[in-house]
Amino acid sequence: MSTVSPVAQGAWRLDRKERSVLFDPLLVNNPINVQVLGICSALAVTTRMDKALVLSIGVVLVTMLANLAVSVLRERIPPSIRIIVMLSIIASLVIVFDQVLKATMYELSLELSVFVGLIITNCIVMGRAEGFAMSNPPRLALLDGLGNALGYALILLAVAFVRELLGAGKLFGMTVLPLVKDGGWYLPNGMMLLAPSALFIIAGLIWAQRTLQPQLQEKD
Amino acid sequence: MEHYVNLGLRAMFLENMALAYFLGYCSFLACSKKVETAIGLGAAVVFVQTLTVPLNNLVLHHLLAEGALSWISPALATVDLSFLSFILFIASIAAATQVVEMAVDRYAPGLYNTLGVFLPLIAVNCVILGGSLFMQEREYNFPESVVFGVTSGLGFAIAIIALAAIREKLTYSNVPAGLRGLGITFVAAGLMSLAFMVFSGIQL
Amino acid sequence: MANINSTRYTILFAATVCVICAALVSVAAVSLKPSQQANARLYMEKNVLVAAGLVPQGRRMTVPEVQAYFDRDIRARLVDLRSGELLPEDRGDARRYDQRAARNDPATSHAAPGNPAGVRRLPNQGIVYFVLKEGQVDQVVVPVEGLGMWGTIYGFLSLAPDANTVRGLTYYEHRETPGLGAEISNPDWLALWTGRKGYDDTGAAAVRVVKGQAGAPDVDPNHIDGLSGATITGNAVTHLMQFWLGEHGYGKFLQRFREGARS
Repeated sequence: MSTVSPVAQGAWRLDRKERSVLFDPLLVNNPINVQVLGICSALAVTTRMDKALVLSIGVVLVTMLANLAVSVLRERIPPSIRIIVMLSIIASLVIVFDQVLKATMYELSLELSVFVGLIITNCIVMGRAEGFAMSNPPRLALLDGLGNALGYALILLAVAFVRELLGAGKLFGMTVLPLVKDGGWYLPNGMMLLAPSALFIIAGLIWAQRTLQPQLQEKD
Repeated sequence: MEHYVNLGLRAMFLENMALAYFLGYCSFLACSKKVETAIGLGAAVVFVQTLTVPLNNLVLHHLLAEGALSWISPALATVDLSFLSFILFIASIAAATQVVEMAVDRYAPGLYNTLGVFLPLIAVNCVILGGSLFMQEREYNFPESVVFGVTSGLGFAIAIIALAAIREKLTYSNVPAGLRGLGITFVAAGLMSLAFMVFSGIQL
Repeated sequence: MANINSTRYTILFAATVCVICAALVSVAAVSLKPSQQANARLYMEKNVLVAAGLVPQGRRMTVPEVQAYFDRDIRARLVDLRSGELLPEDRGDARRYDQRAARNDPATSHAAPGNPAGVRRLPNQGIVYFVLKEGQVDQVVVPVEGLGMWGTIYGFLSLAPDANTVRGLTYYEHRETPGLGAEISNPDWLALWTGRKGYDDTGAAAVRVVKGQAGAPDVDPNHIDGLSGATITGNAVTHLMQFWLGEHGYGKFLQRFREGARS
């Protein structure tokens, strides 16, 4: 465990605990698959990779900064208003992200519509702020926010990858499988563009993960 | 009149909050193991949704929209505070949930005990905030907000009760180990979502 | 350190958090507002260019690029919808005109007569875009809107100088069913409109989306192929197109324009 100050070592070197905090949520303790959190706003935007990517970036930024802010203030927040203070911080961060999005990527913000605002009620953000940031120092809280949000992003992008590829033959808007109607050979799977496919894909991902890691399987 | 019925049908079935937009999954998955819990949560969501969507509509039109503050003073007619909508919606939802919690505790203590911690958790339920955000995006007026609030809450309730009924039956099925519990629930929800799409094309 | 459980501290803390959050949010909103408004207008104007066939759908454009097109080839003007009169250029900046806001404001709009397109209010003034080619008016673009199956459909219609033949069309905002009604945004279907006529020989707004296939544009000028599985949306399109070509929409203006009253 390193005891040299982060500045001297280069702030990027992580000790064992930090590495665990950052990397666990990516697979072993993935917020969506394992903790069953944060699915809400996830699935409706997974019809295209660009939408999923932008929303993931939003969740990463908001979770990291909210965790940081809550952790810095953790000894000073009056217990009676704890939840509403966290909600205010999270809501403010989401508003700023939404405003920046409208100013820079207008058409995408129209397509993401209400799902940017729903980052506020995303269980991951609140869950980590309440469950981790309130009782851990800022550096760890920041890494925890990053790790969990990246775990979320991983699932989101995986689902979007399958849906856009099989549903439209494209990735990030670029044609990968030429569609029959454009003179190619691929007949797109229309169901992939509809809502239920996201649920089936996540069920598939959970099945795969639990088969590979049997300790996660639910006992009868 | 048909306009409202269409709006309601759309919110309840075709654009079901849980099955089409995937909102409210945290409690959707956690509370759907038994039908009684699901009924309780569904009822609570309907109460809170019916209360908050019209309330937020008033907040939006009389406090936040451009020119809304002109009832205080004409000088404020150009002020546009709509960027504060997220914060104010969440605040009014938290307040409304608190009120509903107190009312349920006073008038239906049995329900209060069944729901336990999930009643205050409704405040951060995506369905509630989502309802208000959709109301804002689609620019509903007050009557439309009331209809939308009631029917979107009912849609969620229908979905969660149906899923609970299916899950109760699934406990007797031979589900593969990796799919047991969470995985098969997602498959069931996906099939329900597919089934609800049969309602598209209905118009009165 | 103050007692964090005391009321005084709680109120002070809450107030500080409010002020900081409010400041953060307000600074972001106010400083970004100009670019947001520019983006919103860019989006609308890009769709005018798509309807006129000057840019393909789906092309990403920047504000200067759209501005260049508008400076060179597009003239936005305001029209009094009830009289059909083209308003003089000094009567307000047409490019900045927000027709939807005008429609919603009772002071600048009037109630629409009952109509199958579901249009409830009409702005007193409507915007029209003249597309120039070598200095002459080559196309006239007008906004159209109407109630679709699940929400309002918004589009732009471009007509040739005879104010009858369709040059282009786009539906840029709607909430129709993906894969079915939403095909009204599909460029392949929209391309079928080119060359059709909005009015029939008696001068009535007659363009219709039919069930099945329509004939070629020269023999069947008023009909468009239907979209399978999207009859309701198809009918909605028919109603809204006929409304805006009719006397309560831009019909009066288009008739004056046809008769040579262009200024």
